[in-house]
Amino acid sequence: MRQINVALVGNPNTGKTSVFNALTGLNQKVGNYPGITVEKKEGVAKISRTLKAHILDLPGTYSLNASSLDENVVVELLLNKNDKDYPDVVVVVSDIENLKRNLLVFTQLKDLGLPCILAINMADRMDRKGISIDILKLEERLKTKVALVSARKNTGFDQLKELISSYKQLSPESCCDASVIDKQYFHELKDTFPNQNIYKLWLVITQDANFGNLDRKDVELKKNQALKTKSISELKRLQQKEIIVRYTFINDTLKLALKKDINAAKGLRASFDRILMHRVWGYVIFAFILLLIFQVIYEWSAVPMDFIDESFASLSEWLKSTLPDGQFTRLIAEGIIPGIGGIVIFIPQIAFLFLFISILEETGYMSRVVFLTDRIMKKFGLSGKSIVPLVSGTACAIPAVMASRNIENWKERLITILVIPFTTCSARLPVYLIIIALVIPDETFLGLFNYQGLVLLLLYFIGFGMAVFSAWLLHKVMKTSRKTYFVIEMPNYKLPIPKNVLITVVDKTKSFVFGAGKIILAISIILWVLASYGPNEKFSQAEDFVKQEVKSQNLDLSQEELETKISSYKLRHSFIGYMGKGIEPVVQPLGYDWKIGIAVISSFAAREVFVGTLATIYSVGSENEDTIKERMSKEVNPVIGGKMFNLASGISLLLFYAFAMQCMSTLAVVKRETNTWKWPMLQLVLMTGFAYIVSLIAYQLLK
Amino acid sequence: MKSIADLKRGQKATIVDISAETIPLKLLEMGCLPGNEVEVIKMAQIKDPLYLNINDTHLAIRKETAKAVLVKILED
Repeated sequence: MRQINVALVGNPNTGKTSVFNALTGLNQKVGNYPGITVEKKEGVAKISRTLKAHILDLPGTYSLNASSLDENVVVELLLNKNDKDYPDVVVVVSDIENLKRNLLVFTQLKDLGLPCILAINMADRMDRKGISIDILKLEERLKTKVALVSARKNTGFDQLKELISSYKQLSPESCCDASVIDKQYFHELKDTFPNQNIYKLWLVITQDANFGNLDRKDVELKKNQALKTKSISELKRLQQKEIIVRYTFINDTLKLALKKDINAAKGLRASFDRILMHRVWGYVIFAFILLLIFQVIYEWSAVPMDFIDESFASLSEWLKSTLPDGQFTRLIAEGIIPGIGGIVIFIPQIAFLFLFISILEETGYMSRVVFLTDRIMKKFGLSGKSIVPLVSGTACAIPAVMASRNIENWKERLITILVIPFTTCSARLPVYLIIIALVIPDETFLGLFNYQGLVLLLLYFIGFGMAVFSAWLLHKVMKTSRKTYFVIEMPNYKLPIPKNVLITVVDKTKSFVFGAGKIILAISIILWVLASYGPNEKFSQAEDFVKQEVKSQNLDLSQEELETKISSYKLRHSFIGYMGKGIEPVVQPLGYDWKIGIAVISSFAAREVFVGTLATIYSVGSENEDTIKERMSKEVNPVIGGKMFNLASGISLLLFYAFAMQCMSTLAVVKRETNTWKWPMLQLVLMTGFAYIVSLIAYQLLK
Repeated sequence: MKSIADLKRGQKATIVDISAETIPLKLLEMGCLPGNEVEVIKMAQIKDPLYLNINDTHLAIRKETAKAVLVKILED
């Protein structure tokens, strides 16, 4: 079967992705363009009995004049004939209401000599909007073929496929000649480069004024002086002129081909806007929606998460009892299975969060949120869209980091990703609760506020405050070569298409499991190996050592007590145990001993592991919280005497967990989202370094 | 000369001039061009950002950008 390349081009928010989903179904994959963090969506569609199409959903763009990394991807591909994705045919997708704006990029594509089809989406809503189109007139003026489709009703796609399969019959002629803006200049270009497409040259020349780093492998521009006869401001003026020329053509075309009954439905947008963007109610509604999202990922997810947790635990138990005992069985049952469980456990939260986010995006509400919050957020270098990730970070940083993808501006997206781990996620809660219970008196302040509750609340504030403060700091420190502008479209309100929502949820979940999941699995296996093997016989023959000790001390222990004593002994003499002892001099100034050191290292897998590890070290058999607490409160500081967990060391631990980057899964997902180890490593070093200093100061002041 | 930032809510005007140096090309591409009509639909506190209808496109821009688009107010 023959295969051709089809590229979908169009403005953001104009149903391009809906058309892509309708053509490819679930037969698509999402990746990244090499070296950058722009999402690459591609899929395969069967066009006819003999023809398949590789379909590329290019990032949304308003024109071929790139002003962002996303748009640059589009331009680079369309200028580079040698790219393996270079399209045989381009489908320009537009919603019926945004036709005017989408025709701008359409006329540019025609000037490049690319075969273009115009697909007008939401054709089913034309009547309701009072719009009628003279297709033949439109095709004649634009020198193209037009397909009316509806992604919602799934109609018109047969016709679109038919047009794609006969793409060779499309006219390569341009429909709006841009060279009129400076005839002489364009003439000179033609003379200098007789074999090149003139408009392509023009785009390459002007990209320097716009974006500056266009890769021009294909266009052999020898450093020719002929091109440098215009200053940047002259070029900018010419570009402006070009846009005016194109819009004049478009307006004339639409005057001939499109009729609009002005009296038809216009009130919907206005009345929704009146409520959702109200100076008071707008914020109340948004706060309510945030609360709902928070509730769902915090509470509802708990049910499937507990189920996943238990299932993996029993699977691992079952494997241990079924498979013959040995290294290999233990690796599977104690290393790999819990490692995979540690990935799967995040799926409910990710799926729920993206269910909400894609609905908010699809309905057009997200743009209103940006409008409402822009003024506050821009002061901290954040976008209005940063609010959703930051608030959902209070449940878990993993889905929150992934949610920042929806922020278009790269700097704002990066800052959001970098500061999310400061917000108090739910994995910190077990650590906070047990330490607060140990060191903060259970008394009330002014007979009203419970001290323990106040401290917990304070920790939440510290987390959020730190996130906002570091965002502001990063905003001041990070330099961008170009000024960032704020121009956002306020799309029409739409009912979300369930298929689009479903595909987003599946995509995001898949990209987490197969992207960040690999790293999480690898690290959890390493941590397991470090805790399950030791360098000497004290580990391998722990049983004998413990039995001897018990004998010599004349202790009378039950089988269960003996076993917990053995596992505690093993952990102390495992690699991780020695690492804990190794870092003791480093953590001592914070008020910790080597046992806490071990717990801190192993809780890198997930913060809540801290409590479980301490339970094993102190050889408290069950994970019953009260027993662990009791045991912890009895622990004596070996150096200075007195309780190990006192106010000073307790506060120091609380602050350490508030600030330190103690979560490998977050690092993995940041790596995946930023496409480099640079940013997660920076987070690790800066956050943990900061946590260390703060805890050090706190302990030294309080002790 | 007045700019978009001087308009009141609901007021309509015709775009007269834009400073190509300070305005992002993206705004022009969305239809913010001399001769087109602009209407302020909503504005947030202290007029920042502004929610506009330009040439049938609904969009929001910050006040600093709005100041760079000069307009002639249409009396109605």
